[in-house]
Amino acid sequence: MNNELTAVYFIWKRELIRFFRSKSRVIGSLGMPFFLLAVLGSGLNNVMEVSGGNYMDFITPGIIAMVLLFGSLLSGITVIMDRQFGFLKETLVAPVSRLSIVVGKSLGGATTAIIQGILILGIAMAMGVAVDLTSIPVLLILMLLVSLSFVTLGVALASLMEDMHGFQLVMNFIVMPMFFLSGALFPIDTAPEIVRYISYIDPLTYAVEGMRYLLLDYSYLPLSIVFGVLGGFFIITTSLAVYLFNGIES
Amino acid sequence: MYAIETENLTKKFDSLTAVDHINLKVNEGEIFGLLGPNGAGKTTAISILTTMKKPSSGKAFVNEKNVVDEADSVRKNIGIVFQDFSLDEELTAYENLDMHAAMYGIPREKRKERIEEVIEIVELKDRLHDLVKTFSGGMRRRLEIARGILHMPKVLFLDEPTIGLDPQTRKHIWEYIKSLQKKNKTTIILTTHYMDEADEMCGRIAIMDYGKIIAVDTSENLKNSLGGDVIILESENNEELEKELSKLKWVEKTELRNGRIYLQVKVGEKRIPQIMKCAKEREIEIESVNLHKPTLDDVFLHYTGRRIREETASGKESMRIRRKAWGRK
Repeated sequence: MNNELTAVYFIWKRELIRFFRSKSRVIGSLGMPFFLLAVLGSGLNNVMEVSGGNYMDFITPGIIAMVLLFGSLLSGITVIMDRQFGFLKETLVAPVSRLSIVVGKSLGGATTAIIQGILILGIAMAMGVAVDLTSIPVLLILMLLVSLSFVTLGVALASLMEDMHGFQLVMNFIVMPMFFLSGALFPIDTAPEIVRYISYIDPLTYAVEGMRYLLLDYSYLPLSIVFGVLGGFFIITTSLAVYLFNGIES
Repeated sequence: MYAIETENLTKKFDSLTAVDHINLKVNEGEIFGLLGPNGAGKTTAISILTTMKKPSSGKAFVNEKNVVDEADSVRKNIGIVFQDFSLDEELTAYENLDMHAAMYGIPREKRKERIEEVIEIVELKDRLHDLVKTFSGGMRRRLEIARGILHMPKVLFLDEPTIGLDPQTRKHIWEYIKSLQKKNKTTIILTTHYMDEADEMCGRIAIMDYGKIIAVDTSENLKNSLGGDVIILESENNEELEKELSKLKWVEKTELRNGRIYLQVKVGEKRIPQIMKCAKEREIEIESVNLHKPTLDDVFLHYTGRRIREETASGKESMRIRRKAWGRK
């Protein structure tokens, strides 16, 4: 048992070392959300009227959710890179369970995604977005839940893929639709019926609404539904990740 | 007690049988070689023994533990150097080793000590805290060997450990491995398609082809089983010379091929003068003489009808194609 925990710790640490060592990854991951906030947020601020505040405030929780989605899913998908560069074999033949490898990897990916999320929150605040700081502890728990769900989704997808070719597919058919349908950039309650229904099956919607509730004190979804749905999603993705990762033969 | 024992070990990928009813027994402390062209099934066999792949049928034991049912205790006692590189390039040598040591259950206080020991053996001490991506191919290989022996495995698997390395580095690496085996009595299983390496390094060699083990013995015995040296002659009248030479009672076999005469004899260097004499008496002028001592390549040719070297050029390619055809698993 002790050995398994040590393994989890070392795999988690490896993710962090790799994250902080590649400066381009840190900067690159913050580039797009920054431009979305700075350009879209300030550009549309004066023409868009959304319930509960101005447009820049409105999209801030959405952008943070996006950072979590991108950061976590990418971390999960690095399993493919580990496979291509051979390192995965080294972990697979070590006398530790596959579960520990998935747990370490997921915690590591979630940690780096949350760091990115907090950085973008700081940037938003520096740009004048007023947020409710009293809810930060709950926000962190929500961020952890969201990140873990998407890292494990990434691990599950990566376990199915042979190489990086499938990555574009994931970006175009999972990540981007998830983001655009989540209500990160527009209010869902006033969207056309069909869009609204589709966005209800998008887990990111609940992440966005949860954060909106915590940071801006308004949302059309109660926090209990947010945590309920995301909790269920987390259980599904984690089970999938563990199951599919177990099936990998090197 | 055997370090490795297999009973009809078989691995099938759809229509292809990569490992076909292998029966092996490897003694403790032995350096045992698996020799064969690329695609012969060596790596698959190693993958099963190292618990990475499950056999389709048959059994395999490492240190008397079943590789399927007792995978965890097998893993604790083996070290592996993979054919392809398997280090994390973004980490330093130390971080790679530290992580390995931790996962193999070496307690924290001992990790540093062990790392310093192994890094000394592979002469990378001054690069210990450098990122692996700055390492050359030979240095990476040495680091992987250091990692493979870090947790003092009872059995060390080396899958083509010197592929793609320059001759000097190759020699160096083999020296480490030999000293390891002497010092720690580690059992070493290695695969290679460099026959000179197998010849020099291994106590016993198993020749593998199309997933089957064709012959197992010491290099010396394998070569002796071919029945002696070969003398290759070119002359202005090959047909007549062959006829004359085949009458000599010490010539065991003659063959005319590609405009050359092949003679099978024992202790070839002593027979050459007699051949010259015989040719002179018949007034046939000999253009060239070549004495060939049997190599493992000849052993391979003898058992399979093909040369291992011819295979290797295109072998890698065809293996890739085959692997693609297998699909994911």
